[in-house]
Amino acid sequence: MSEASTKLGFTPNEMMTIAASRALGNDDVCFVGIGAPSAACNVARLTHAPDVTLIYESGTIGTAPDVLPLSIGDGELCDTAVTTVSVPEMFRYWLQGGRISIGFLGAAQIDRFGNINTTVIGDYAHPKTRLPGGGGAPEIATSSKEIYITMAQSKRGMVEKIDFFTSFGHGEGGDHRQRLGIGTKGPTLLITDLATWKPDPVTKEFTVVSLHPGVSREQVQETCGWTVKFADRLEVTPAPTELELSTLRALQARTKAAHEGTANGKAA
Amino acid sequence: MTKFLPLSQAVAENLHDGDTVAFEGFTHLIPTAAAHEAIRQGFKELTLVRMTPDLIYDQMIGMGMAKKVVFSYAGNPGVGLLRRLRDAVENGFPHAIEVEEHSHAAMANAYEAGAAGLPCAIFRGYRGAELARVNPNIKSVICPFTGEVLAAVPSVRPDVTFIHAQKANRKGDVLIEGIIGIQKEAVLAAKRAVVTVEEVVEDFDGLHPNLTILPSWTVTAISVVPGGAHPSYTHGYYIRDNASYLEWDKIAADRDRFREWMQKNVMEKTAGDFSGRVEHLRNAA
Repeated sequence: MSEASTKLGFTPNEMMTIAASRALGNDDVCFVGIGAPSAACNVARLTHAPDVTLIYESGTIGTAPDVLPLSIGDGELCDTAVTTVSVPEMFRYWLQGGRISIGFLGAAQIDRFGNINTTVIGDYAHPKTRLPGGGGAPEIATSSKEIYITMAQSKRGMVEKIDFFTSFGHGEGGDHRQRLGIGTKGPTLLITDLATWKPDPVTKEFTVVSLHPGVSREQVQETCGWTVKFADRLEVTPAPTELELSTLRALQARTKAAHEGTANGKAA
Repeated sequence: MTKFLPLSQAVAENLHDGDTVAFEGFTHLIPTAAAHEAIRQGFKELTLVRMTPDLIYDQMIGMGMAKKVVFSYAGNPGVGLLRRLRDAVENGFPHAIEVEEHSHAAMANAYEAGAAGLPCAIFRGYRGAELARVNPNIKSVICPFTGEVLAAVPSVRPDVTFIHAQKANRKGDVLIEGIIGIQKEAVLAAKRAVVTVEEVVEDFDGLHPNLTILPSWTVTAISVVPGGAHPSYTHGYYIRDNASYLEWDKIAADRDRFREWMQKNVMEKTAGDFSGRVEHLRNAA
């Protein structure tokens, strides 16, 4: 735990997950990405939004896992789901059919317009680093009614120009989505470990609207690859409550114990 | 009508050099034992199709069996990257492979189109996505009724599909439950299908009438391989061995360690060894 977090009583990552969890409500039907989004969505479900519908792309609808899944298809997700459907049904009826209110995504690389790269670093044909690829994200990004993104800030992750357009955000900004025939809102919220960002209503460039407690404008700029715009009325994100923090920590402790508990002890 | 065969024979009779093959399983029910048998038999020039090519395709690519890989998410689920696949794509080791990359929606639609006997799948996708620029198999069609531009991809029609399932009955009908993924479509899209199962029961009488069942006449061969999905899981039998997925990241990071591991854990083993690997994972299921 860093010095800053000791002083505040929570880490920047905890603040990120909790701030992201607050964005979800009971009426949301949320398509959950693995990693940071999964933690945030389950904290929401365990605190202020017990009736939120969480959907993972493995086909589990209305799932309520006791521990965070390591993969999008852990058995825990199926055991606790309202129903489990096939993968083609998930993508055709539920996502393409317009049933998802929020697509919650993480990103390896993002630009100021919320375009996401999870495919390659460098040239596609001769990549410097071959990343896993898009999975469900290209269509989640265009078929969900809106998109929330959560990721820790870094100059490598928040870049002037992404190497590959895996998932379309606001493209070049402005009305680029409409020009491509995309009828959904796209990225409406970006929550990092330092701040909460929203797109400018006209240009669609992500703008910092709220700094997390103890974070300065300089810190946000130092960990971002483009020149950051700040809202005229910049707010401070409310610190995590005792309930939010204890819920997140207990969830992570249960998760750690569960995943280590399967250690084989011999070559698998 | 299906045949019950030892796995080595089922693989030898149904997989051939140069085949387009799908070993499907969406995190759950991954046919690891079948993939390991294919590795022992040393097939070459395979086109490997799978939505989520995880450890088994990393292993097959690392062993030099793949000519091409068709996929939509090439990661170690929840852990990170596939290091043997990366070595092939980034460094051409052990040799270069062709890549045909899609999104999940595209692959799911393409399998379904294959099962439906259609030449292509049509869906609302790839809008603004750069894969459409680098993959010539992503095209578009115009809806003749509304004028909407929709994405089109060729259907997936494997020569052979391998899946793992909970159980078969004596007649050779196969039951799959839990996260059912894309397996039904992958079997019905393929010319031949081989299924490994945890067990064989007398019949399926008294079970829920809408369970996912592949009738025996849709399956070419069935092999009984308890534990055959490890380190993936079989719902109701044993849980996912998450620690093995974490461990794989280290094994696959090093070319020599990978070869040693494959020699010891795949080449010198048989399908019969899978049962022991899931013993400690059974009680929690």
